Amino acid sequence: MQTQEPAAPFVWPFEDASRAPFQVYTDAAIYAREQERLFRGPVWNFLCLECEIPNPGDYKTTFVGDAPIIVARAQDGSVNALVNRCAHKGALVCFKQRGNAPEFNCVYHNWTYDLTGALTGVAFRKGVGGKGGLDADFDFSAHGLERLRVETYGQMIFGTFSQETPPFRDYIGAELCANIDRVFVKPLKVLGYHSQILPNNWKLYAENNKDSYHASLLHVFHNTFGVVRPNMGGGVKISPNGWHHLSYTVRNADSDDAVGREKVRSLKESYKLHDARMMEHRLELGDLTTNAIQTVFPTLVVQQILNALAVRQIVPKGVDRTELVWTILGFADDDAQMQELRLQVNNLVGPAGLISMEDGCVGGWVQQAAKADPQAMTVMPMGGRGVEASEGSRVTEAAVRGFWRGWRALMGV
Amino acid sequence: MNATRLEADLALRQRLEDLYADYVHAIDDDRLEDWPGFFVASGVYRIATRENRDLGLPLNLMYCDGRGMMEDRVAALRTANIYEPHVYNHAVSALRVTENETGTIRARSNFSILRTVNGGETSVYACGRTYDEIVEEQGLLRFRERLVVLDSRQIDTLLAIPI
Repeated sequence: MQTQEPAAPFVWPFEDASRAPFQVYTDAAIYAREQERLFRGPVWNFLCLECEIPNPGDYKTTFVGDAPIIVARAQDGSVNALVNRCAHKGALVCFKQRGNAPEFNCVYHNWTYDLTGALTGVAFRKGVGGKGGLDADFDFSAHGLERLRVETYGQMIFGTFSQETPPFRDYIGAELCANIDRVFVKPLKVLGYHSQILPNNWKLYAENNKDSYHASLLHVFHNTFGVVRPNMGGGVKISPNGWHHLSYTVRNADSDDAVGREKVRSLKESYKLHDARMMEHRLELGDLTTNAIQTVFPTLVVQQILNALAVRQIVPKGVDRTELVWTILGFADDDAQMQELRLQVNNLVGPAGLISMEDGCVGGWVQQAAKADPQAMTVMPMGGRGVEASEGSRVTEAAVRGFWRGWRALMGV
Repeated sequence: MNATRLEADLALRQRLEDLYADYVHAIDDDRLEDWPGFFVASGVYRIATRENRDLGLPLNLMYCDGRGMMEDRVAALRTANIYEPHVYNHAVSALRVTENETGTIRARSNFSILRTVNGGETSVYACGRTYDEIVEEQGLLRFRERLVVLDSRQIDTLLAIPI
């Protein structure tokens, strides 16, 4: 009888992060290690927005890696992040997506937890007729829901399993915090949700967001319809450790709002776009930035595309499946006209987005091709081999290499 | 209900059945250029999700305000957007006229879509309901408003072709 040899431990096959083996997208053992080392490691995982749970008792469910999470606001206003798994038999304590509740009851055996996750009740704890029930020394305080540490930044709620995770501001650094401060400048409101099931490993989408090189090559809507404003500047900012990034485009200072609209209009006439309303941009953030795509390692994207504001959460669903959850935002004080503009601009992004739908399928194409040769490697040579920021050019893969630096550091490979 | 009224209702119902069949045939046969013509010039087309509607949230997956935007969407699919070739097979059912007063017809229907990608795998892609406003224009029934509400918020891979 043949015995299965134990799998050799995974070793990064190249001297730096400018190559990555296809195995990282296809290997179930690596996926399992990510759950332990990465998602339960010293990272801030996006959970939800403050405006989604404004009142005591409000809750929302989400995921950190494979772990189901409840985010709940307690009576004292504090935000609690709890693993959504009963301490008794492990059933989901909360199976609704959102709501308001005074406490959480596991329906299986009616164990009850308060909004901070403390176990407050066990059905038949004293048994029936003096028989059964809990032993006298059963310790309620040792059987609460597992808690995550929570921090709020820029109206976003983050959670971490690790005691080592630095404060959020230090985690991404002041330079990248500045973009969150710039975009989420007023109280937010949710305009809606949608999600995409991507037929690929979660890291392919994480890389895609950091890959400013692909944007004008894969997404050709702008070029095809001539709706590119001339003289656009921009660049890529990267946190010193490489983990987080910001890719941004700034339009020329001479194309103020009215002129910018005029240019779109004139291009509309010479090209084929019948109605350019979705390309309009009302300057609202006090600068000329038209696009800002920011990542917070490992799974958050903060988006400003014209007036389309959103957060995207990457949720792994197995080694070759990912749910991309879009939360589309506006400001609480938007008037009807502004809301209509945001709804129009959202034609550009999302699962049906005219400039983003390709991202839904391109990862799947890598996934399909990667499977056959786990040892073969992707090549990321654009803009050198390091993780330096880039001013004036987005033709670089530095932020993608930065992602792999972070991934390797946490995975210990 | 008198016999004349019943006859008129049946005739309308038959015309609506034809409209809904012609609409899905145009999409399923990849005659997307014909799609905007099912709407009046100022017609509104939206694909939303049940989740957002239930929460009272205004977001759409696809939103065309006027035929021009529909034509732009089709032109983008033909010339700019990149995705694996795929075809829909719509099944439309439970068509019901909910209102028929003062020249405007309101109707709802259920639908499901089987999607076949690259001539290969067929899978259930979407199901939901349509809530429509239909008017008669030059002897033809056209949509003034078509709201498609998907039962699921999850789109498998991407949503390129209208529903």
